[in-house]
Amino acid sequence: METRVLEIRKGILNKNDEIARRLRERLHTFGLLTINLVSSPGSGKTAFLQRTLRMLREQGNAAAALVGDLATDNDARRLAETGVPVKQINTDGRCHLEAQMISDHLADWDLGSFEYLFIENVGNLVCPSSYDLGEDVRVVLLSVTEGEDKPLKYPNIFNSADIAVITKMDLAEACEFDLEAAQANIRAVRPGMRILTTSAKSGAGMEQWLACLAEEKTARSVVA
Amino acid sequence: MHELSIAYSVVEIATESAKAAGATRVREVHVRLGALSGIVRGALEFSYEIACAGTMLEGSSLVVRELPVVVYCAACDREVELPSVQYFCCPVCDTPSGDLRQGRELDVEAIEVDLPGDEHGNAGIGDSQGNTEQE
Repeated sequence: METRVLEIRKGILNKNDEIARRLRERLHTFGLLTINLVSSPGSGKTAFLQRTLRMLREQGNAAAALVGDLATDNDARRLAETGVPVKQINTDGRCHLEAQMISDHLADWDLGSFEYLFIENVGNLVCPSSYDLGEDVRVVLLSVTEGEDKPLKYPNIFNSADIAVITKMDLAEACEFDLEAAQANIRAVRPGMRILTTSAKSGAGMEQWLACLAEEKTARSVVA
Repeated sequence: MHELSIAYSVVEIATESAKAAGATRVREVHVRLGALSGIVRGALEFSYEIACAGTMLEGSSLVVRELPVVVYCAACDREVELPSVQYFCCPVCDTPSGDLRQGRELDVEAIEVDLPGDEHGNAGIGDSQGNTEQE
């Protein structure tokens, strides 16, 4: 009997990363831009996505959405009201979505008929940061009711995101939300991050958000 | 809290490599944990014991190497270590930098295993992945 050290050097999330990489390649062949929305529970992901889907539809842009939750299909039903194809992913208690779940739920969709694919992640600012879902753009949402220092408390997810969207701006005054402090905190953990301010209720900032998506699509040459 | 599923992946990776090398038991698993890996060390250590139960890793120890965030500072033209993940600015000149060079690591570096020796007392060495070995 002998004791030996074997060098391994293997990423613990290699399996997920590999599935995500293949998924991203596949989605690109259909000209899709895929957006992963992450935030804490209650930051307004569903309302934000609802308005986004409705506006895209009015503009004549085809979109689809996958929505992850630990349980219930409430969010999928809310999103389906927009007339856009929506599927619920129940994680059965798991705190995040994984690339395989996305891949499985796309199986019977005609991906060539969509321009945008949205993934509403499970409301959680910790675990989703580790899992690549094959997305092109990771968007982190922060609502004005959550406090300006959230980026400092959850630096991982803010650092791993490409765009930050501040939601519920219609409540900013009532919450005495300090926008400048929030922006400074976001940029402290992710220098140069693009930050949008929106209200799904009033529609403020939503045009800029859609313009930003269109820009991302062009920049990544994800054009059908 | 996804440390338990991470711990199961660690056990899976270690088991695959140990079996490929013909090992009978895993004594130690070395992992690297970047400050931005999203993993809480204590929670991983706690989950590790649970994940090892009933496997060839049972009773093994997890050796965690924590890695700080390193960014490239354009103003200083060098890589600098950040004292905090809350402030992505060069600790020397205070220039903001998001050019990450280290900090997202989440991997199994190495395992220490028991190998049955042959009749000459030599260990059955080598794993199927062609990885090099260290004494």
